[in-house]
Amino acid sequence: MKLSHIKEILRAQVLTGDSQLDITIEAGAASDLMSDMLTGYNPDTVLLTGLCNAQAIRTSVIAEVKAIVFVRNKWPAPDVIELAVKHKLPLLSTPFTMFVSCGRLFAQGLRGVEGRVSGNVDSP
Amino acid sequence: MTDLTKSFPVKAKDFVKAGEVSIEVQELLKSVGFPPDLIRRVSICAYESEMNVVMHGGDGTCQLTVCPKHITLEMADDGPGIEDIELALQEGYSTATPEYQEMGFGAGMGLPNIQKNADELEVESEKGKGARLKITFHVGDGS
Repeated sequence: MKLSHIKEILRAQVLTGDSQLDITIEAGAASDLMSDMLTGYNPDTVLLTGLCNAQAIRTSVIAEVKAIVFVRNKWPAPDVIELAVKHKLPLLSTPFTMFVSCGRLFAQGLRGVEGRVSGNVDSP
Repeated sequence: MTDLTKSFPVKAKDFVKAGEVSIEVQELLKSVGFPPDLIRRVSICAYESEMNVVMHGGDGTCQLTVCPKHITLEMADDGPGIEDIELALQEGYSTATPEYQEMGFGAGMGLPNIQKNADELEVESEKGKGARLKITFHVGDGS
């Protein structure tokens, strides 16, 4: 799914990465726990999170997450946005909650990381 | 490929820069052209161990050594050390403060995740005398 489509589905604002909306996102992940992002297989995913600090950015770079969407209209501080600019990581902000954001994306066909490994979206 | 060794300082409690060393390691390995899965494993181990030093350790260093057959990360710090290494290697065991948990860490997955992603892991520590991790990754068929 294109990041531009995710932006539409989530009625999101782009905080940085306007020129990268054409990238393809392979799967979705949702977590406020960065440790979870490091234990799963998350390359090429979009991360939905309520965590707006620098570690959300750096963890995403390490985990090779392709873009972050902050839920509930959360908006990180300017230095955090600058960090994302430095690492060419698109940031978006959606008014929806984490639960509703995940539901909207799933309903439109985006799947979790489980399906990438096992081929079965219901398989843990 | 000739051997490459690079040392990076890691500062305790420096959350402004926490994780930057690991991103530098990741970029360096990408520039050499290692397989993506190997880069992913090394980067995750570097980041988990760097965050451990920043959150729990003292000032330290991360030394990266790249050889044709191995990549090695040696993370050493002069902090309070790990009291019980066996316990620290158990999933879910954490000494993280609520402050660190608010940053998205402290699930007790750091050392276990390093162990999962490394080909070899050595942990040396003594209470009050810091900690040293040696994390080795095999490159290709190297051993």
